[in-house]
Amino acid sequence: MTKLADNVNPNVYDKGSEREKTSEDYNEDIEDLFDEREIFDLIRNINDPEHPLTLEELRVVEESNIKVDNKDNTVVVSFTPTIPHCSMATLIGLSIRVRLLRALPSRFKVTVEVSEGSHVSEHAVNKQLADKERIAAALENKNLVQIINQCIATV
Amino acid sequence: MPNLELLQTLSGHKGIVWNVSWHPQGKIFASCGEDKTIKLWSKEGQDWTIKTVLVDGHQRTIREVAWSPCGNYLASASFDATTAIWDKKSGQFECNATLEGHENEVKSVAWSPSGQLLATCGRDKSVWVWEVAGDDEYECESVLNVHNQDVKKVAWHPSLDILASASYDNTVKLYKEDPADNDWSCIATLQSHESTVWSLTFDKTGERLATCSDDRTVKIWKEYKPNNQEGVIVTDRESVWKCVCTLSGYHTRCIYDVAWCHHTGLLATASGDDIIRIFKESEDSDPNAPTFELICTKLNAHSQDVNCVKWNPTGNKELLSCSDDGEIKIWNFSE
Repeated sequence: MTKLADNVNPNVYDKGSEREKTSEDYNEDIEDLFDEREIFDLIRNINDPEHPLTLEELRVVEESNIKVDNKDNTVVVSFTPTIPHCSMATLIGLSIRVRLLRALPSRFKVTVEVSEGSHVSEHAVNKQLADKERIAAALENKNLVQIINQCIATV
Repeated sequence: MPNLELLQTLSGHKGIVWNVSWHPQGKIFASCGEDKTIKLWSKEGQDWTIKTVLVDGHQRTIREVAWSPCGNYLASASFDATTAIWDKKSGQFECNATLEGHENEVKSVAWSPSGQLLATCGRDKSVWVWEVAGDDEYECESVLNVHNQDVKKVAWHPSLDILASASYDNTVKLYKEDPADNDWSCIATLQSHESTVWSLTFDKTGERLATCSDDRTVKIWKEYKPNNQEGVIVTDRESVWKCVCTLSGYHTRCIYDVAWCHHTGLLATASGDDIIRIFKESEDSDPNAPTFELICTKLNAHSQDVNCVKWNPTGNKELLSCSDDGEIKIWNFSE
């Protein structure tokens, strides 16, 4: 790497355990709604763009910062950059968004934002991540898509 | 009961359909989107069908299409930084001019009422005014750098060469040419929205403007000319635009488009909550504090975000809409 990471020595946390499967999970007669844990499982193994670590290991994403509403078809993911001036925040948000865009049914309205108070440019980053036109344009940039695909290749 | 009746669902595009545009005679319309194609639709018997597909004009998403007032030209704005002008002088539609100059994504294109001017805007924060200089020739008249974030939409006054633009910087700006030096400049900044302004539409008089935003409101602005009888103070001999009405509490997500019908006065909105809404001005509406009533809510108008709504220019109450779900729908509104 030519450039030093923003946060060269981030705190690393243990991974959580796998979701416990209950008999209900195998019962075909019970409708499996999306829940926070399922969304978390979709994004926990996304790679950090700067470290060979997952977003879960850096506690950038946590199950408690995810909200799912199956009635309104909304998913809200708040993520926490490891440092408040993280220049990768938008890229991390974009990776989460792309991962969910590809994995969830299109009926879901997905909101990805930095958690409150966790970033110096919180408002600007959130506004950018909420602008679907900018996202659509960004996803036509081959280099950027390549980087995002690397981040989410491990999921 | 006011009702929006679905006449037809049109599939054909792959991916997001960003925009639709009625031909001025209302018998043809164009659509464009993520699949980098433009489709021209017209009616065969009772059904709308694709008549022509224009390909190879753009390398990336086509964000907007606009027919010239004479109906002979179609302009298309693309994320590939260019605006293409199509016509069928040769018998079939071809791209005969390409407007280059924006640094990156062009997001909107609009013809002036005379058809002699074109405006474009984009992510590079600029608004360009182009003059039709001759057959397939377009000259840049002005580059207006007054927004400080990307510019989402441009729209012309219905009868004068006054241009309006909406931006990610939460403002709307108006421009006109100074006849003394032929220079275009910003004559008003409309500030009140709390997030990105996605679209705007003049009423038939051009003295009112409706804007819609990510802040989930629609705002109505009224022009107060110099020496107006209401006594609104006007400086610099330019009109003042005031927000006279805010429609809030209706939309639950971003509002991507608003269309003001020049025949019926009805306002239609396209929202990220998948709903098309129709508003009507109250009978006893005060011009300086107008009231609008929500008279129709079409839930699940599309299965994803509604990106655009357009009233048929003939005033027959047909409404076109298009969506992230890849579909175009044609509706009939009845009261």
